[in-house]
Amino acid sequence: MTSIVKPPVKHPSLPRNALGLTRRDYEGAMSTLCAGCGHDSITAAIVQAFWELDVPPHRAAKMSGIGCSSKTTAYFMKQSHGFNGVHGRMPALTTGANAANRDLVYIGISGDGDSLSIGLGQFVHAIRRNVNMLYVLENNGVYGLTKGQFSASADIGSTSKKGDENEFPPIDPVLLALSLGATFVARGFSGDKAQLVPMLKAGLLHNGFGFIDIISPCVSFNDHVGSTKSYRYTREHYQELAPVDFVPLRKEITAPAEAGAGDAMSVAMHDGSVVRFRKTPEDYNPRDRDVAYRHLRDHQRRGEIPTGLIYINERSQDLHTLNKTVARPLVELPYEELCPGNAALQELMEEYR
Amino acid sequence: MSGVNDFAFKMATVNGTGSASANGLLMQAIFRMGIPVSGKNIFPSNIQGLPTWYEIRVNRDGYMARPEQIDLVVALNTGTYERDVAAVRAGGYLVYDSSWPLDRSLIRDDVQYLGVPFGQLCVENFEGDRPRTLLRNIVYTGTLAALFDIDMDVVGEMLREKFSKKKALLDANFRAIQLGHDYAMKHFDCPLPIRLERMDATRDSIVIDGNTAAALGCVFAGATVGAWYPITPSTSLMEAYRTFGERYRRDPDSGQRRYAMIQAEDELAAAGMVIGAGWAGARAFTSTAGPGISLMEEFIGLAYYGEVPCVFFDVQRTGPSTGMPTRTQQGDLMAIAYASHGDTKHIALYPCSPAECFTMARDAFDLAERYQTPVFVVSDLDIGMNDWMVPRFSWDDAYVPDRGKVLSAADLENVKKFARYTDVDGDGIPYRTLPGVGPKGAYFTRGSGHDKNAAYTEDSDAYLELVDRIARKIQGAASAVPAPEVFRQEGASVGLVALGGTHGALREALDLLRAQGIGADYMRIRGFPFAAEVADFLNEHEFVFVVEQNRDAQLRAMLAIETGVPRDHMIPVLDYGGLPLTAGRVVGAVTAHLEGAAV
Repeated sequence: MTSIVKPPVKHPSLPRNALGLTRRDYEGAMSTLCAGCGHDSITAAIVQAFWELDVPPHRAAKMSGIGCSSKTTAYFMKQSHGFNGVHGRMPALTTGANAANRDLVYIGISGDGDSLSIGLGQFVHAIRRNVNMLYVLENNGVYGLTKGQFSASADIGSTSKKGDENEFPPIDPVLLALSLGATFVARGFSGDKAQLVPMLKAGLLHNGFGFIDIISPCVSFNDHVGSTKSYRYTREHYQELAPVDFVPLRKEITAPAEAGAGDAMSVAMHDGSVVRFRKTPEDYNPRDRDVAYRHLRDHQRRGEIPTGLIYINERSQDLHTLNKTVARPLVELPYEELCPGNAALQELMEEYR
Repeated sequence: MSGVNDFAFKMATVNGTGSASANGLLMQAIFRMGIPVSGKNIFPSNIQGLPTWYEIRVNRDGYMARPEQIDLVVALNTGTYERDVAAVRAGGYLVYDSSWPLDRSLIRDDVQYLGVPFGQLCVENFEGDRPRTLLRNIVYTGTLAALFDIDMDVVGEMLREKFSKKKALLDANFRAIQLGHDYAMKHFDCPLPIRLERMDATRDSIVIDGNTAAALGCVFAGATVGAWYPITPSTSLMEAYRTFGERYRRDPDSGQRRYAMIQAEDELAAAGMVIGAGWAGARAFTSTAGPGISLMEEFIGLAYYGEVPCVFFDVQRTGPSTGMPTRTQQGDLMAIAYASHGDTKHIALYPCSPAECFTMARDAFDLAERYQTPVFVVSDLDIGMNDWMVPRFSWDDAYVPDRGKVLSAADLENVKKFARYTDVDGDGIPYRTLPGVGPKGAYFTRGSGHDKNAAYTEDSDAYLELVDRIARKIQGAASAVPAPEVFRQEGASVGLVALGGTHGALREALDLLRAQGIGADYMRIRGFPFAAEVADFLNEHEFVFVVEQNRDAQLRAMLAIETGVPRDHMIPVLDYGGLPLTAGRVVGAVTAHLEGAAV
């Protein structure tokens, strides 16, 4: 987790968001990943998304596990608290933090090793609980820090840098999330920032577990001919199934009316913002899990990598809604509201006699 | 020896047949007669059909440890007849179901047999298999009430409390009690010489198990997040937290909860959730047993090194692995003291009873936040799941939680630059901030090497500075954990050392030893790292006996490591078969050693 501090130089003409902050205010330490790493593009998209959403950096919490992807939380939003935990266990840390303070914006960064091997159980259960967070899976099909082993998302027949062929079937996190009942499922490509930013924004505002699988080629260990997670392979095979624009509520007040009931191509978010689908097949409905699943499978059979906001449930209820937790974050409740006091205790003691 | 208000009896039944509530009723009735009483449930890891025992000890002097001998056995499980008959002391009694003849081989001529046709009485008086099975337990309760002279008014009062809203059940239970009682009165010479007489020794006491007490302590200490994975014998702790949470933490108007309880997918996740919540500023805890602690170890190291407050209750059971999940032990002492990889050492508290589970739950949260580190409350199955008679709890309404060194937004205004891991005050404890407080308070928590500013480093000096400071910080807690309790006797020649739930057996053993002319001092350790008094006590005595419930003398090893006192100064007295310790075991080991025999 090396990190290099960037010089605090600000250009006076940089554009500012509603908080008066520039994109630089949403950046972090200098990345120490390999030049050309897909993860750095994703970091840039995350900076853009938070900046555009006007999230005060200190009201966000950056969570991660272990791996190249998990290092990236140090490379954006230096004014946010960050927690780089243990391998595959970011979901548990985030679930606990969110349970304690529901008012922060949680972003979890993970990778294919972190999410689909060592942390598969945690990934699955965070989806089940619909923890209110954006979960970004930076997917490169390979273990980079340990120098090139296949991960669980590597396709059958995909080759390693050394030339070995992967023989085990891949775990597709998007299909998995869909089948688990995830309430927000998307896939992007690190090389397509224009598609990524609106999806990240929608995922951040989603009331529940927003999941984005992002194909993010590893230039050092998985960008060669024979790899199905290379830049070239991904560019040649990715298909925009359900790309979206994101319309924040305050910028277009008429948006909720535009997003009328039954209009599958515009979906109103929890806070009234709107996700507008740019182009989707005619028989596509991102609110229908079965339809989404069928389209995904059709694309895959054709050897394509479908991208976009594949499924969304705008009536999603997060863990706190299901738990019926008080609206005020638990960490902010004064002790007097938590301790029943001695009089209540003495009353209770009678029941133990 | 046995006699009025001084005897022990046990019920041998099949689990899943409803005997637990009858046994609880018996114990509570004796308690309400003002007589000191304790109960030990010796149960199988099973839902239905395996043997289970419940031992009740009545003792006017207040000795509550597991009884040395059993005066009377209620044998209702034909599958264990042989061992149950053998368990009766010479001159004792066996109550059995005389609906069927007793095999000749089970007859001992030094035991008095009291046959009651429990099965037949139930068949004749009640309808349906399940009610007949359940009520058989109430019938034997009635029989024991007659044999021991239990106040029937007390029993009646308890049945009315229990079934106040279920008239049909109330009537059936009353009838069952009466059937058992009347049969005994008619056929036996009631009461027996082992019987009860009203006392006034329980007025200021309650009967409660340690898991319930610990959960109550969590609620009163202000814990808001509990995460867990079900595991015997700790499960009832979280279930009690849920019960108290529903009672005390629901908003009266909206019904919304002022707590969050999450059943995790495994213990790894439970630990992670608690650490995440502690990091965010909540008082958060989990409850588990040895196997869970093993799974949590990686996360425990992260919390230690990242300096995140969190509380772990370990209700120890017999290990390793699944071991004997329904038997007690003190087998996790060392695993907890030095849990996780690398250099770690943790604050641990050792309650000796449900009363201390209540107070130490509060202490644990205070220590965790003050020292910004995981704190362990090390209980065991005997304390956690058995009903103990303990002094009534009280709560100091002036109590203010110790939230430790947390910088608020206002505090940060006055700070030039916040550096998370700096030893500002010289006590090894740095200042922390909670997520969301403000841009100036942000920092990055990680298990990887980090410097004073929480920035990544692989620099040796920065690492050494950090881990050495943490070591200093944790050692500083030695004077903050509950001090050892030391009992001294005039002219004592030996010292005894123990911790946790063996306390009752130790106190009783001291009296028994004194009766034999052996004066002994006794120190009960209550916290780790060990306070200075611990080493003092060891050094004050020519040698000490270290009594503990594990095979490898873990406490003795910890004492040797931490105090430098040589091992051969400490004679191990080990009891690790899975049952609560008896005083006789301690007395036997001490006297054998003093007589020069091998221990």
